[in-house]
Amino acid sequence: MNFIPQFKGRQLFLPKNELPIMAFSRMAFFASMVAMVASIVLWSSMGLNFGVDFKGGSMIEVRAKAERANIADLRAKTGGLGLGDVQITSFGTPQDVLIRIEEQPGGAPAQQAALKKITDAIGDSYEQRRVEVVGPAVSSELRTTGIIAVLCSIIAIILYVWFRFEWQFAIGAVVALVHDVLITIGVFSLFQFEFDLSTVAALLTILGYSVNDTVVVSDRIRENLRKYKRMELPALLNMSINETLSRTLMTSLTTLIVLVALYVLGGEVIRNFTFAMMFGIIIGTYSSIFIAAPLLSFLGVKRDWSGIAKEAPAATTT
Amino acid sequence: MLYFSPAKIISIVAVLLAAVIFALPNLFDKETVASWPDWMPKKQLQLGLDLRGGAHLLLTMDTKELRENMLDNLREDVRAKLREAKIGTVGTGLTSDGVRVRIARPDDMEAALKALGELSQPLTTSFLTGSDARNLEVAQQGSQGIILRLTEAGLRQRVTDAMGGAIETVRRRVDAVGTTEPTIARQGEERILVQVPGIDDTQQLKDLLGKTAKLSFHEVHPSQGRSAERLPSRNGYVAFPAADGSDERGTWYYLKKVPVVAGDDLVEANPGFDQRTQEAIISFRFNQSGARKFGRFTSQNVNRPFAIVLDNKVLSAPNILEPILGGSGQISGGFTADTANQLAIQLKSGALPAKLTIEEERTVGPSLGADSIESGRLAGIVGITATVALIIFVYGTFGLFAIVGLIANALLIVAIMSAIGSTLTLPGIAGLILTIGMAVDANVLIYERIREELRNGKTAVNAIDAGFGRAMVTILDSQLTTFAAAVIMFWLGSGPIRGFAVTLSIGIFTSIFTAVTVVRLLVALWVRSQRGKARHIEVPL
Repeated sequence: MNFIPQFKGRQLFLPKNELPIMAFSRMAFFASMVAMVASIVLWSSMGLNFGVDFKGGSMIEVRAKAERANIADLRAKTGGLGLGDVQITSFGTPQDVLIRIEEQPGGAPAQQAALKKITDAIGDSYEQRRVEVVGPAVSSELRTTGIIAVLCSIIAIILYVWFRFEWQFAIGAVVALVHDVLITIGVFSLFQFEFDLSTVAALLTILGYSVNDTVVVSDRIRENLRKYKRMELPALLNMSINETLSRTLMTSLTTLIVLVALYVLGGEVIRNFTFAMMFGIIIGTYSSIFIAAPLLSFLGVKRDWSGIAKEAPAATTT
Repeated sequence: MLYFSPAKIISIVAVLLAAVIFALPNLFDKETVASWPDWMPKKQLQLGLDLRGGAHLLLTMDTKELRENMLDNLREDVRAKLREAKIGTVGTGLTSDGVRVRIARPDDMEAALKALGELSQPLTTSFLTGSDARNLEVAQQGSQGIILRLTEAGLRQRVTDAMGGAIETVRRRVDAVGTTEPTIARQGEERILVQVPGIDDTQQLKDLLGKTAKLSFHEVHPSQGRSAERLPSRNGYVAFPAADGSDERGTWYYLKKVPVVAGDDLVEANPGFDQRTQEAIISFRFNQSGARKFGRFTSQNVNRPFAIVLDNKVLSAPNILEPILGGSGQISGGFTADTANQLAIQLKSGALPAKLTIEEERTVGPSLGADSIESGRLAGIVGITATVALIIFVYGTFGLFAIVGLIANALLIVAIMSAIGSTLTLPGIAGLILTIGMAVDANVLIYERIREELRNGKTAVNAIDAGFGRAMVTILDSQLTTFAAAVIMFWLGSGPIRGFAVTLSIGIFTSIFTAVTVVRLLVALWVRSQRGKARHIEVPL
C-alpha cells in the first residue's frame, strides 16, 4: 500500500453551513405549484408530440447521398401521395432528414403500403438509416403499458417508502415524484420534444433516481429525529438536509457529467432520452431538497420512536 | 467493518477473476474464441439490432382467414362423411363458428348424427388433463337439421398448431435470405417476432413473408370453365379470378373447389427459364402420393385444361397434352426472374396457414448502427474520464479506491451480461454509462459519512468503520427503489428499452457488491498498512 500516493481530496460543498433551506421552502412550494399548473395547462393545450410508438404511423430517417438534403424537393415528392400529413424535418446534420407519416386508415397493412409509397417516391438518392412502423394495435398497447408502468412505479415506490418509513415520508416522496414527472412532461410539451417509449423509460429512471435521493434525506431525518428529540421540527429538517447536501449534490454532479457527455456526443437517436434524464435529475434533486423534506414540517412527524403518541405538528416554518 | 478474513479476501479475488474470464471473450473475434479450450466461457455480448443494423418485424397471423379455412374444410368433411354414409342432403351452410346441414329424410337423422359424430375429436391436451374437451360439437336442430360447432378450445388449439407451422415456414423463408442467426419467436397468442440482424434490403424479406404461397391444381368445369363474369358457387365448383400478372386478367375461372393436388405434396420447386420462350418459370416435382394423384387426373383428362392456382388466384390454365405420370412439370405465369426466385423459396418453405401482416417494424440500417456504436463509445470514454477525474479530485486517495471499485463494477457488468447472453443496445450503453455515474453514489455515501464522523472527532479507524456501517442501510434502500423502476421497465418495454433495464438492474447489484467488498477491502488493506506507523492516522479523504 505504500506505493499508493496519499493525498486528500477537496470538499466541494462545505459542511454545516446551515443553508436556510426551510426559509426558502415557502418560495419553493409556490414556484413548484406554479410550474406544475403551467405544465398541466401546457399538456392540455399544446399536447405532447407523441412518437410513432404511441401515435402509430411510420417514421423514416434518411441520409442524403449528396452534400445536403433537399427538404423542399422531398416535400414536393411526398406531398402528392395522398398520405395525409407528412412531416419532414432536418435531423442533426444537414444530410439527415426525418420523415413522419401519420397513421393511415386501414390497419397494419396500410402502414406498410404507405411506407412503400414513400420509399419509392424518395428514390435512390437517399439512404435509409432507420425505419419505424407501428400499426394501430401495437401503438394502443404501448400507450396502455406506458401509462400502467408509470402508475405502477409510483405505487410501488409509495408502498416501499411507507413500509420503510412513516406515512408522512411516503406522502412527501410521492408529492416530489408527481412534481418531477409533471414538470418534465410540461417541458416536453413546451418544446414539443418527441415523446416516445424511450421517454417513458427515462421517466421511470427519474422516478427511481429521485426517490433514491428522497430516501437518503429521509434516512438522515429519521436518524436525527431519534438523536435530537427536543429540537424543533423545522430546525431538525433543515439540519438533516444540510448534512446530506454534500452527498446529494455530489451524486447529482457525477450523474450529470455522464449525461452531458451522452447528450453532446451520444448521437441524435438517444438525444431526447438523455435530455429527459438530465432534466429529471436536476428537478429530482431540487424536489428532494426543497419539497419532500419541508413537506414533513407541514405534516408533522413522530418525534419519539419508542411508541409514545405523536407530538403536535410544528406550528410555524422558519 | 474493516476485518477481512483470508477466506473472504480469496473469495472476492476469485469473483473478480471469474469476471475477467467471463468478460474476456468480448475482446476477441468469434473465430479466435471458438478455438479456446472447452472449459472457458465463450459467450460474447450480443449487439442489439440498433447497433448491428437489421430488421425487427412483428407479424400477426390473420386468424379470421384461418377460421374461414377451417370452416370450409369442415363443410367439405361433412359432405364427404354424409356421402359415404349414403345420406342425402338438401343443403349445407356456414355459421359464424360452424356448419349447418339439412338432411333429405328425417329418418336418416340418427345415422347422420352418428356419422358426423366421428368428425369430433378429443383435443390433444385432454389426454393429459383427462377432460372431455373435444374440438367439435354436433347437435340436432329441428327434424332435419344438424349443426356442428367448433369449440373455443378446439379453435385455440388449431391456432396454436397453425402458429407452430407458421413459425417453421417463416424460419425456412428467412433462412433462404441467408443471414446470420435470425430470431424467430412466438409472441403472445397470434404474433411472431422476426429479428434479422445485418440485413440490408428489408423489402425482399417483407415480400417473402407477405405471401401465403398456397399452390393447388384444380379441375376446370367442362363447359363453363372460363367466363367474363363471376359465376355463383354450385355443386362444388367455385369461381376463381385470374391472377393480376397473367394474360387473362379480368377473366373468371370456374373450378372445382377441392384441388386435385396441392402444395403440401410439393417436394421441389426451382426457378428457371422456359427453353422455348425464355420466360421465367418454376419447375416443380411432387412426392409419390402427389405424383400418383396428378398422374391419375391427367390420364383421365387429356386434351382438357387444368388450372394452376396460387393464393386463390389462377396463374394459368394450360391444356393437358398427355398424361403426366412423373409428377413433375413447370409453371409459368408472367414471372420475372426475381418473382420466380421468390416464389420458389416460398413454395419450398411451405405455405403459410394464413396471411401475415406486419404490425410493427423497427429497422436500423448498418451505417446508423456503426455510428451509434461510435457515439456510444465516445460518450462513454469522455463521461467516465470526467467522472474519474472528479472523484479523485474530491476524495483523494480513497477516491482512487473508489475508481478501482468502478472498474471492477464495469467488469462485473460486462461479465454477467456476456454470461447470460443478453443483448447490448444503444439505450443499454446509456444505461451502462449511467450506472457508472450512479454507482459512484454508494461510495459517496460512505465517504461523506466518514468525513462527517471525522469532523465529529472520531478516530480514523472508528470513523471509517462507522462510515461503512451506517451507510450500508441507506445504500440498500436507495438502490432498491431504482431497481423497482428497472423491473417495471423490463416488464413494459421491448428490445432497446429492455436492454436499458437489464444493464441498469445488473449495474445496481454489482455496484452494491463492489462498494461493499472491493472498496472496503482496499480501505481495510490501507488501514492495515498504516497501523504501526504514527499514532494518529491521517485519512486521505
